[in-house]
Amino acid sequence: MTETTARLVKVPGSKGYRRENPYLRRFLIALSFLFAFLLLALPLLAVLSQAFGNGFQLFWNSLTNFFTLKAMYLTVITTLSAVLANTLFGLAAAWALTRYRFKGQGLMITLIDLPFAISPIIAGLIFILTYGRLGWAYEFFDERGLKIVFATPGVIMATIFVTIPFVAREIIPVLAARGTDEEQAAVLMGAGFFRVFFQVTFPHIRWALLYSVILCAARAMGEFGAVSVVSGHLRGKTNTLPLHIEILYNEHHYREAFAVSAILVITSILILTARSVVERLAKKESGPNVR
Amino acid sequence: MLKTLFFALAVAIGLTLAAPLSAPLFADVELTNVSYDPTRELYEDFNKAFQKYWQDKKKETISVVQSHGGSAKQARSVIEGNEADVVTLALAIDITAIEAAGLIKPGWQAKLPNNSSPYTSTIVFLTRVGNPKKIKDWGDLARPGVGVITPNPKTSGGARWNYLAAWAWASAKYKGDEKAIRDYIKKVFDNVLVLDSGARGSTNTFVQNGQGDVLLAWENEAYLSLAERPGELEIVTPPTSILAEPPVAVVDTYVDKKGTRELATEYLKYLYSDQGQRIAGEHYYRPSNPNILKEFGKYFDLSIKLITIDDPLFGGWEKTQKLHFTDGGIFDQLYTKK
Amino acid sequence: MSSPKKIIPGFGLTMGLTMSYLGFFVLIPMISLAIQTSHLTWSELFKVATDQRILSSYKVSFGCAFVAAAVNAVFGTMLAWVLTRYRFPGRRLIDGLIELPFALPTAVAGIALTSLTTDKGWIGQPLAALGVKIAYTQLGIIVALTFISLPFVVRSIQPVLEELSPDYEEAARTLGASSSAIFFKVILPELKPALMTGFSLAFARGLGEYGSVIFIAGNKPFQTEIAPLMIVTRLEEFLYGQATAIALVMLLASFIIMFLVNRLQLRAASLAGE
Repeated sequence: MTETTARLVKVPGSKGYRRENPYLRRFLIALSFLFAFLLLALPLLAVLSQAFGNGFQLFWNSLTNFFTLKAMYLTVITTLSAVLANTLFGLAAAWALTRYRFKGQGLMITLIDLPFAISPIIAGLIFILTYGRLGWAYEFFDERGLKIVFATPGVIMATIFVTIPFVAREIIPVLAARGTDEEQAAVLMGAGFFRVFFQVTFPHIRWALLYSVILCAARAMGEFGAVSVVSGHLRGKTNTLPLHIEILYNEHHYREAFAVSAILVITSILILTARSVVERLAKKESGPNVR
Repeated sequence: MLKTLFFALAVAIGLTLAAPLSAPLFADVELTNVSYDPTRELYEDFNKAFQKYWQDKKKETISVVQSHGGSAKQARSVIEGNEADVVTLALAIDITAIEAAGLIKPGWQAKLPNNSSPYTSTIVFLTRVGNPKKIKDWGDLARPGVGVITPNPKTSGGARWNYLAAWAWASAKYKGDEKAIRDYIKKVFDNVLVLDSGARGSTNTFVQNGQGDVLLAWENEAYLSLAERPGELEIVTPPTSILAEPPVAVVDTYVDKKGTRELATEYLKYLYSDQGQRIAGEHYYRPSNPNILKEFGKYFDLSIKLITIDDPLFGGWEKTQKLHFTDGGIFDQLYTKK
Repeated sequence: MSSPKKIIPGFGLTMGLTMSYLGFFVLIPMISLAIQTSHLTWSELFKVATDQRILSSYKVSFGCAFVAAAVNAVFGTMLAWVLTRYRFPGRRLIDGLIELPFALPTAVAGIALTSLTTDKGWIGQPLAALGVKIAYTQLGIIVALTFISLPFVVRSIQPVLEELSPDYEEAARTLGASSSAIFFKVILPELKPALMTGFSLAFARGLGEYGSVIFIAGNKPFQTEIAPLMIVTRLEEFLYGQATAIALVMLLASFIIMFLVNRLQLRAASLAGE
C-alpha cells in the first residue's frame, strides 16, 4: 500500500488536491481516531484494566488454570477446523458464483449469507433440533455410538455454521470486480482448472483471502451464542474459551473472566500484527507492481 | 513470502495437534453432574470430598464432569441429549420437565429426604451500605423512588422465587385480595430499572454498575457479593421470604445406558451426609439437616419465616408455573399495556 | 457474454462442493427449524404473529439494527478509506482494533460496554450530566450493535479500496474534479456493491445479536426487549414451536432484505462487467 500514498504525495496532481486535501485528511484521520477510540479502544481498555486490575499474578493464574487450558485447546481445534473448511468452501463458492452464470445465483449468495442473519441462539438450536435427542437424525448417530451435539463435533459444526460466509463473502466482490479476461486467456492457452486458479486468479485474491481467513479465525475464536447452545457446558470437555469466560463470570470470578477474555483479545491483536508484517514483507519482495 | 506464512501455519497446526494436554483428565469412571449457575464452587468442593469417599469405600477412581448454566436451559440440554447422570437444578419444575420427557421415572422427588433438596436457600435484599433508602420489608419495594434490580422471572429460575416471595408477602398483607396483590406486584415491577436475563447479570448491574437501590438475590449470591465488595453493600433479611428448594435427581435413562446408577445414587446420597451438608453450609446454602444448619447459625437469620412452594397459597410448582409464568400468565399481564 | 464464460473450467468441482456444503451445514439444519414450526397449529401461529409484545420486540430489533448498520455504513466507510489511503502514526493500531468485536466474546463486549455507558461509567457519566442515557435504553442497544457489526462494513470495503487503483482518482483530479466530486462520482460507485454487502451483513448480524445486547438493553418489555430475547423466553418455557416461529419470521425478513441487496449487487457487478 505504501506505494499508492507515496505516489499521491509525490505527484500531487492538481492544485485542488494540494489546497484542500491536507485539511480533509487531517479531519478524517482525527474523526477515525475518535470513533475508534470511543467504540473500540475504550471497551478494550475496560477489559484489560479489569484483567490486570488485580495484578499480573492473578492474570497468570487464571491463564494456567487447567480448565482454561482445556478450553484453549478446544478453541484452537475448533477455530482451525472452521477456518480450514470455510476457506475451501469460500474459494469454491466464490469461483462458482463469479465465473459462471446460472439460475439461482442470488439465492445461493443469500444462502451463504444466511448464517449471519440467523440469531446465534437459533444457529445452535437448529443443530439441536437435527442431531439432539428430539431431532430426526439422533437415532442414526446414537445407534453408532456417535455424539454430535453436547460433544466436540457439535461445537465444531456450530462454529463452522456461523463462520460460513466469511471467506466467500470477502472473495466474491474482489473476483466480481475483476473480470474473467485473464482466466479466459489462460484457458485458451491450454491451462487446466488448478493452473488457472493458482497462477492466474490466486495472486489477485491472496490478500483478500488472508484478510478473510483472519476474520474467520477471529470470529470462530470468539463465537459464543451458537456454541453455548450445543455445548452442554461440560467443563473440560465442551467448553470453549468464550464459554469458559461466561462460566467464570457467572461464578463471581469477575476478574478471572476478564483475564481470560484478555487472552482472546491479545491473540487477535497478535494475529493482526503478524498480518501487517507479512503484508509489508510481501510488498517488498514482489515489488511495487504487485497489483 | 506467503509460502513461509503457510509453512509457519502448518507447523503451528502440527504442534497444536501433536501436543494435546498431556495429563489425562478423566479417570475410568466418569459422572456428569448438570447443575445451575451459582453451584459451581459448591460442587467443586463437594466433588473432591466425594471422590475421596468413593476411593476409600470402593477403591475406584472417579471423575466428575460439571456443567453449569441457567436452570431451565440446563434441563433442556438434558432433554435434548446431554447425557447427565445426575441433575442438581434450581427448581423442581425443571426436573419435572425432564421427567415429562421420559428420562426420569415419576416419583423421583420422594426418593431422597426433604423433597430431594439436600440444601435450601431463600431470597434476601442486598442494599447499599447503610441502607440509605431504609428498605426493610417487601412493602418498601413498591415505594416510589426505590430502584429495584431483579432478573426476569421468565428467563431466570431464581427470579421466580423473587416474584413468589413478594407475592407471598402481599397475600398475607392484603389477606388474599388478589387485586391488591396484583397492584402491589405491578408497582414493584414498575420500580424495576433493569430486567436482566439471569441472576448473575442482575448482580453485576447492581454491584459493578451501581444501578438501583436494592437487589433481590439468592441468599448465597448475596453473601458472595458481600465478600466481593467488602464495605459497600449490606444484606437485609426481610421478616418473611420464600423457601427455595433446589432439588436433585438421578437421570434414570442415562445411568442405565451408561451403567452408572449405583455411583449416581451414592453421589446424591452423599449430599445428605454430615460432610456434604457442611460443604453446602460453607457455600452459604442452608443445610437441610437441622443440626448442621444450627452450626451455621451465625450466617443465616434463622428467625425468618419461610413459605414453601407447596403452601396452599401456591399449591406446588405445576400450578404456580401455569398461573403465573406461562405465556399470558399473571406475570405477562403486568406488562400487557403501556 | 455468457458463452465465453462457460469455457472457464472447474464448474462441476466448485459447484458440487458449494452445493453439498451449503446443503449439509445450512439447508438440512434449516429444515429442522421448519419441521419444528410446522408442529404449531394455525391459531398458535396466529397468536405468535400478532402478539403485541413480540411485535414491539421486532420493532426494537429491526429499528436498532438498521440505525446501527447506517452508522457503520458512514463511519465504516470513513475508517476503511482512512486506513487504505492515508499513512499516519497509529494507523496499524486502528487497523488492528477493527477486528476486536469479532474476537471479543459477545457477552464480554456487552459487559464492558455496559460498564462504560451507565451513569457511573467513563462515557456514561459525562453524558448523564447532559441528560443523555445510553445503557438500559434503545441507544444502548444501538451502541452494542454498532460495536459488534463495525468490522463487517470496514472489512467488506477495505479489500475493494485496496484493489481500486488510484489512477481513476488522479485522472479525475487532473480533469479538475473536486475532492467531493471524486469521492461521490468516482469512488462511491465502485464501492457500492461492497458497501451494500457490508451494510446488509451488519444489519442482519445486529438483528440476531443476543449475547451483548441483553446486558446493555435493560430488557424492559415494549421498550428495550429484543426479538432474540423473546425466542429465549419461549425456549425457557419449553415452547419450541413458538420459539422457532419467531425465529422464522426474523429469518424470512432478513432473508428478503439480503436477497434484494444481493440482486442489486449482482446487477451492479454484471453491469460493471459489460
